[in-house]
Amino acid sequence: MTIDADTIRHLSEVSVSVELQTEDMTLNIGPQHPSTHGVLRLVARVDGERCHDVQPVIGYMHRGYEKLSEVRTYPQITTIVNRIDWVAGYANEVPFIVAAEKLMGVEAPERAQYIRLILTEMARMASHLVFMASYPLELGAATPLFFALRERERVLDLLEGVTGGRFHPNFNRIGGVKPAYGAGSSTRKMIQDLPAGFLKDTRDAMGRVLGVCDELEDLVAGNEIILARTKGVGILPPEVAVSYGVSGPNLRASGVSFDLRRAESYLPYESFDFDVITGENGDCWDRWWVRLQEIREAARIIVQAVDGIPAGPLQAKVPKIIKVPKGETYVRAENPKGEMGYYLVSDGGTGPYRLKIRSASFSNISVLPYLLEGILVPDIIATMGSLDFVLGDVDR
Amino acid sequence: MLETVLDIFDNFWVALGAKLLLVALLIPLIGMVIGFAEIKLSAKMQARMGPYFAGGRWGWAQLIADGIKFFQKEDIIPDNADRPVFKTAPMLVLVGTVALFVVIPFGPGLIFRDLSVGIFYALAISSLSTIGVLMAGWSSANKYSLIGGLRAAGQLIAYELPLVLAAVGSVIMAGTMSMSGIVEAQITAGYPYVIFQFVGFGIFMVAALAELTRIPFDMPIAESELVMGYLTEYSGFRFLFFFLAEFANMFTMSAIAATLFLGGYWLPGIPTETLEFVGPVILLAKVFLLAFAMIWFRWTFPRFREDQLQTLAWKWLIPLALANIGATAFFKVVL
Repeated sequence: MTIDADTIRHLSEVSVSVELQTEDMTLNIGPQHPSTHGVLRLVARVDGERCHDVQPVIGYMHRGYEKLSEVRTYPQITTIVNRIDWVAGYANEVPFIVAAEKLMGVEAPERAQYIRLILTEMARMASHLVFMASYPLELGAATPLFFALRERERVLDLLEGVTGGRFHPNFNRIGGVKPAYGAGSSTRKMIQDLPAGFLKDTRDAMGRVLGVCDELEDLVAGNEIILARTKGVGILPPEVAVSYGVSGPNLRASGVSFDLRRAESYLPYESFDFDVITGENGDCWDRWWVRLQEIREAARIIVQAVDGIPAGPLQAKVPKIIKVPKGETYVRAENPKGEMGYYLVSDGGTGPYRLKIRSASFSNISVLPYLLEGILVPDIIATMGSLDFVLGDVDR
Repeated sequence: MLETVLDIFDNFWVALGAKLLLVALLIPLIGMVIGFAEIKLSAKMQARMGPYFAGGRWGWAQLIADGIKFFQKEDIIPDNADRPVFKTAPMLVLVGTVALFVVIPFGPGLIFRDLSVGIFYALAISSLSTIGVLMAGWSSANKYSLIGGLRAAGQLIAYELPLVLAAVGSVIMAGTMSMSGIVEAQITAGYPYVIFQFVGFGIFMVAALAELTRIPFDMPIAESELVMGYLTEYSGFRFLFFFLAEFANMFTMSAIAATLFLGGYWLPGIPTETLEFVGPVILLAKVFLLAFAMIWFRWTFPRFREDQLQTLAWKWLIPLALANIGATAFFKVVL
């Protein structure tokens, strides 16, 4: 190569900005990858450890629940919506049932509402405990997993005792809770309330969950490496979070005090004393911390509900064949992952005409390209994990 | 009778063969003992049972069963892999480990070869496995492997320095680089060097953890990020090689640390005449103590990020190690 003035000028410019000519590499993270929580695929353009941009590719888990629910009756749909966010299956049922009840003008008895509330908070607890288990694992610490999952099992045992299912309870009926049919008229009355000893076992389990919260705080929050890995990483400013429709603990970690348990009235939360936890910086650390505190708040709510649960029937009077009058409504609820909403359109039949499911994780991971731009490869995992999404909730 | 048996070992080739056989048996044995300790201790720390059925009691045969399983597996080499390099890498990693056994003194005279530059040789040869890891990452034709291999290279280069510099303190105190010479110097002095070289010992252990690519420094493997790092494409007995090398390396690194800082095969208060017999036991006890600490860290800590690791090495450990050398040299000259 001949060196003339032009080449020298060019070379000097190049060497100032780029010392080594490097080429970007496309790194496919997923759909089969240990920490994408299932089948999320991230197409990352990386230069060594630095990641220039990330495009999430979703849809590997699309099961067509919105369409499926159009050809099912209302009582059948709870089995489907259970499987949207399978870590907190119970919590998915409630807003759908409430939407149908709202159109029908039926209201569940107070005891049923309390049971729904207790089980919803248990589902929140179970979901957040899974996060407590999996997030340190993504940072390389394997041990908190076992402590968190051990106590989650207590919570799931209680859920199973009431509903018969750990993950997919299918326990809500329009107008109440309980297995309304199929038990026979003589045994139906006996099995259709909370199991014996449930209230006492719940208090015990809440004590244990609070115990493991302290343990996890010692183990995780007291660890310098975790703090170094999460503080200041993946910062989500409140205005960005709001504009992307991020909800739930992720939104509250960014400092926005918005909780549908306060804003809506799908369950009798107004008679309970609990705090809406908010973070300060909106980084991974805050998202972890907010969820830990929410487990504690959930335990507080459950203990209050167990103390104050009213007596009474579990099922309101509804016709044998449920037909929802013509109309449309939107009911949203504060699920463990964030805002879960059902837009229900009924044409008066036994099943919905159209059901739009607004799931929290879908909106929450839409912020990934913003969060992951210019970040390091290890921080991709740290940030992605801190959003706590479930692929069933993303793809539906 | 005994003399005739011993006479046979005077033959160079017979002695060499016997030593080779000993090492060949020792490494899988040590790898299994430490590996078994790891699976059982981690189970204990995580409120689990761990292996329970293999072998009848406590699952003692679990790792033997695992080893047999690895041998039965199909030998898979990716189509695009650089085949010779891919095949050589695990051997090179294991060679780096095996060669370290040469200079570890198990007792007075119980050393395969007492090199006059023993510690220098040990630290030099331990870098050999770095090349093996880099080769594994490069030849696998897998992006995760590549990132893992390059991470390993960066990490091992960064931590080689504090490792060597931390060892220098003991070498200055002993006035020799021979491994058995260092132990003898500690016997003469009457105290293990860790009393004055505690900074060096700490740095050495941190750097050794990084050399071993164990948590909190396991970025080259980093399961949650890089699937399995440079090991992603390895399976079967090639994977077993890496696996064995990891646990055998834990042993050798702990043994070097024990020799340099904890008095090796000697313990204060043990009469020196009996060391020929109790020496290996003492060394093993110290090694397992250090290996326990490594296992404990592994199941307690998360992993650092790559840049935090480099910061730790270059901004903290190396200056600290240099200051330690300066202080040691100063006191050696003054006192």
